[in-house]
Amino acid sequence: MSSDARVYRSRQAMGRSVRGLALVAHDGFSARYDLDRIAGIFSRPAHKLAGQSYVGRILVLDTAKGGVATAWMLHEMKARGVVPLALVFNSVNPILAQGAALGDVPMLAGFDENITAAIPNGAEVEIDPVRHTLTLLDQGPVR
Amino acid sequence: MRLNEEEQMILAGKSGPVPQQALKHQMLVGDFFGAEDFVAVTQAHIMADTESLGEAGVGWLEGLAATAEGQRRVRIPTITDPRGTDFSKAEFLGQTAAMIDLERRAIAAFVKLGVVMTDTCINYQTIQAPTRNEHVAFGDTGVVIYSNSVCGARSNFEGGPSALAAGLTGRTPRYGFHLPEQRRATLRLRVDFTPRSLNEWGALGGVIGRIAGNYWAVPVIEGIEAPPGSDQFKHFGAAMASFGSIALFHLVGHTPEAGKLTNVAPAGLISRRIARADIDALQQSYRKDDRVDVVVFSAPQLSLFELRELAGLCAGRRFAVPLLAVTSPQVKPDCDRMGYTASIEDAGGTVLSGMCFYQSYAREIAEAKGWKRLATNSAKLVNILGGYGYQPMLASMEGCVDAAVSGRLA
Repeated sequence: MSSDARVYRSRQAMGRSVRGLALVAHDGFSARYDLDRIAGIFSRPAHKLAGQSYVGRILVLDTAKGGVATAWMLHEMKARGVVPLALVFNSVNPILAQGAALGDVPMLAGFDENITAAIPNGAEVEIDPVRHTLTLLDQGPVR
Repeated sequence: MRLNEEEQMILAGKSGPVPQQALKHQMLVGDFFGAEDFVAVTQAHIMADTESLGEAGVGWLEGLAATAEGQRRVRIPTITDPRGTDFSKAEFLGQTAAMIDLERRAIAAFVKLGVVMTDTCINYQTIQAPTRNEHVAFGDTGVVIYSNSVCGARSNFEGGPSALAAGLTGRTPRYGFHLPEQRRATLRLRVDFTPRSLNEWGALGGVIGRIAGNYWAVPVIEGIEAPPGSDQFKHFGAAMASFGSIALFHLVGHTPEAGKLTNVAPAGLISRRIARADIDALQQSYRKDDRVDVVVFSAPQLSLFELRELAGLCAGRRFAVPLLAVTSPQVKPDCDRMGYTASIEDAGGTVLSGMCFYQSYAREIAEAKGWKRLATNSAKLVNILGGYGYQPMLASMEGCVDAAVSGRLA
């Protein structure tokens, strides 16, 4: 970790610690509405991450959208290895929490700052649900 | 979470491994949202189409169902949302044997768990509507928002695993819309018109859902002149929940908790205006083409009254493109008995039962049937289907039936 690593604290947390690359957008999330879960990409044309792969990435998004299917779908995506590494949201609904619990996908939610603005897309981050922290390890590619 | 004696027994495995596993799942969710304890619920409603479950989810259910009799059954009436198919129409829909096999396995597992296979997302119209202040654990966002808002019942969005857990334990974590303070309005909207058709009610719900923006927002709406009917509330709420993940709204003068604005809204809540132009803009944003490959009435399933209206519009017509009307297994026999099915199918349409279009492998259906440009009067459906590769268009029921005849949406 570099000396200037920045730490963000969440009010809600679940799961185990992971480290990976962040995929960031100020947009919503629903596994049913937004994803091609076979190809492992965002498929809703209007989504800000349309066409991008979410597999193995730490998704940093604004809020949960849509229906209840995500509660099953994270579990199904995990079984096929086509799943985000972790979920980080400004706010979540019960469905995402229920899905993360069944699918064993680490999740943080609820920050004092807009987390989608704080974390650059492509940054390397570590999340620690026990400590309720997201650590920005590396800003990622310069744009 | 604080557990009572019975909950401690369940957690210790005294009721068997299935309720134990269910309670552990509920405690994870409850702890995440800061629930202090559990609340007893009287009904559960499970969304569990096999497109969502996949092989992994069905295998998980079969694992629960393999537990010894006497240790695996739900404790309260627990019913199901639409399945992933209408078995009698699976071939017409281009669904594969693998999809149908997965459906049969899921159903067999649910039956072993004691779940009642109602296969409906309009249980508040067809099975048993919850009553005011009744705590329930409902899945399907349209069911939850209707039950909370129109019936005054208390439920969070309970995804399939959590709704099943509630059925198995008879309780759910007490957070969110089970708490009176969470049911207060957080934003105030004034509508300067009253929608006329179901697609307009859905479009208004969609506009409000987009403004509200997240699950914890509770809109209070003023300006609707006459009390909406059940189907109007159905499309309004389902679209609001779909576009905004909203679980509760108040309609001043028309929903049970909002006899007066001050009953639900804090003083000083700033009001925002919604005009007819806003719903026209939402509907127009989906009109990319005027050609139509298929017309679908679904999401939510149609009531008997909607089917009656549709049958009247279909009488004596001849469709150039397929028209699908989807209803519940409870409504379908009456639809047959009243002659509505015959009117729709004589025109070339198809009435399906026990499924919902977007929960039935919509992407694979599109590929198998060559359907892309889809017309519907459901705002919820147009919001969902873009991600499935469709080009959905929102129009009135009359406009959609006309499009089925001509192949073009006027």
